[in-house]
Amino acid sequence: MKQYEYLAKAVLRDHGIPTPPGQLVRSPDEAAQAVQAIGPAALKAQVLVGGRGKAGGIRFAETPDEARAVAQAMLGMNLKGYTVETLYAEAKLQIEREFYISVTTDRNRKTPLVMASLKGGMEIEEVADEDIVRQWVDPRIGVMPYFGRELAARLGLHGGIAREFADLVVKLYQIYRERDAELVEINPLAVVDGHLVAADARLNLDDSALFRHPEVERIDEGSALEQKVHQIGLAYVELDGDIAIMANGAGMAMATVDAIQYFGGKPANFLDAGGGASVEPTAQALDVLVSMNPKVIFINIFGGITRCDDVAKAILQVKASRGIPVPLVVRLVGTNEKEGVRLLEEAGISAYSDMAPAAERAVMLAGEGRP
Amino acid sequence: MAIILTRDAKIVVQGITGNQGRFHTRQMLAYGAQVVGGVSPGKAGEQVEGVPVFDTVAEAVQATGADASIVFVPAPFAKDAAFEAMENGIRLLVMIPEHIPVQDSMDIVARAEDRGVTVIGPNTFGIISPGERTKMGIMPNHIYQPGPIGVVARSGTLSYEIAFSLTNGGFGQTTVVGMGGDPVVGQTFISVLHHFKQDPETKAVVMVGEIGGSAEEEAAEYLKSFGKPVVAYLAGRAAPPGKRMGHAGAIIERGRGTLESKEKALSAAGASVVTMPWQVVDALREALGSQNA
Repeated sequence: MKQYEYLAKAVLRDHGIPTPPGQLVRSPDEAAQAVQAIGPAALKAQVLVGGRGKAGGIRFAETPDEARAVAQAMLGMNLKGYTVETLYAEAKLQIEREFYISVTTDRNRKTPLVMASLKGGMEIEEVADEDIVRQWVDPRIGVMPYFGRELAARLGLHGGIAREFADLVVKLYQIYRERDAELVEINPLAVVDGHLVAADARLNLDDSALFRHPEVERIDEGSALEQKVHQIGLAYVELDGDIAIMANGAGMAMATVDAIQYFGGKPANFLDAGGGASVEPTAQALDVLVSMNPKVIFINIFGGITRCDDVAKAILQVKASRGIPVPLVVRLVGTNEKEGVRLLEEAGISAYSDMAPAAERAVMLAGEGRP
Repeated sequence: MAIILTRDAKIVVQGITGNQGRFHTRQMLAYGAQVVGGVSPGKAGEQVEGVPVFDTVAEAVQATGADASIVFVPAPFAKDAAFEAMENGIRLLVMIPEHIPVQDSMDIVARAEDRGVTVIGPNTFGIISPGERTKMGIMPNHIYQPGPIGVVARSGTLSYEIAFSLTNGGFGQTTVVGMGGDPVVGQTFISVLHHFKQDPETKAVVMVGEIGGSAEEEAAEYLKSFGKPVVAYLAGRAAPPGKRMGHAGAIIERGRGTLESKEKALSAAGASVVTMPWQVVDALREALGSQNA
């Protein structure tokens, strides 16, 4: 779960990492008051996308009046698909140099990874590999001060700034570990008056660890529909096509989306109804697909733990309660297949046993596909 | 032969008295697995499907000589269960739960490395060796049959789809390994491929991958010296960047983890890469045929 910059900054402050003075503002008047209090400021849109600056999401104001006008223009603006609802007013910095530092998880080595560079301020993906210093952490040991000193030395830092840097690495790892972060990144890590300051920050938390952090506010950055399905407890991603899809298991759901595209169709969504979903959640999931008003609904089930008769019952339940006004293509194999297919056939729905012809049929019914 | 899991594995089920634990204990026993005990704190003395239940792994191991454990406890308690198993002599640990915190998984994997424990998962369907009539996992029993093909997958149902198509196509399996859908898991494609390389019964391997991370790219480097035919199918071609496709690990982040990059690396390493799951059997037939010719 991504955290807004102002939340990430608060976490940095809690752990003793210097950040510029700042205030969250929700209106032009609040922006004026903030600049009155902290002086010339950057007004930064609080949205969960990178590259805000280039997209016009960071603007500057010298005076309260200017802040009011800038906030007026920014609040409500559309930034890369997100509506700007809040700004973070932060004291403008006289930046001397810009560094980069992050702690993240290296999936292949299965350990935390600290990355640092003297070339900060741009996305780390745009920094040349030889300008990035990488140091892996043994999770049994964690990050002790020597680790930070080594990293500072490898970057070529000396004196007071090296000491500050080493200290910051220790604190950053504490955040990564104690807050269950997937990523904690300071970019740029600015040098101001010869001292390090976190000018921008990213903090992504591990969704699976939120139970350990009841104080963290839950942020669902999905669309309204995505949020609705997430609340049922299912994985759902909105796509821009018109063939609605349900499958069981994440891999199968991905493969089903791929198959629709393979035959030239346009998938409307990714929906994992669960590896062993019973009647009720399956019916709820199908209910959502019907409400999307797609051209076709394609259900692709390989019944392992999921029972085909449960899926059939869910389909019939939705058909009876709200109706399914669009063509429905069902592929149903595996556990209790015969019973499932029989239930569907009694209701006039025929089921495929192979995935390929079923996907092709769904695409054809949507009037899409290769000529 | 089989890899990692063989007939003689003596299995305990941690969390045996829960719904999942009970159901899959029955399925594992039905398949022929040697489930010798269960662990469920406070439930010592009970039986599940005729299997004795103990309060601790230590007691279960002492009474039964168990050397393998499959964990069904809820994710917040999974790290505790994993360490309990590892500190009491369990050598093969299958972690079924989804949503285990990544920090916990890193700790589990690090300890496993120190103790020489093989971890399958987390967020896995488990491991099955059809020729040995044994399994530790939640996969349906009827879709597998003994044979010469090794399968290593990240995803459960998708691997069922492919295993079933292999069985129907006349290709039985030595062992099917589910690595798990989380960002940090005990195995890599390379570690599993290495087992398959050393197993004389395994004549070819099917890899089932997906977007996210770079496990497939790393595996590609290893494949160059693998010496057996490999067919790879990867899911997530149509996945938009920045969106988690169900699995915590299935996400294209900041330009990394794309399908194109993975397929390119695997193809360049000599694997036969197919676009759709139903193409696996033909590709395998071709790969094995051209090898014999």
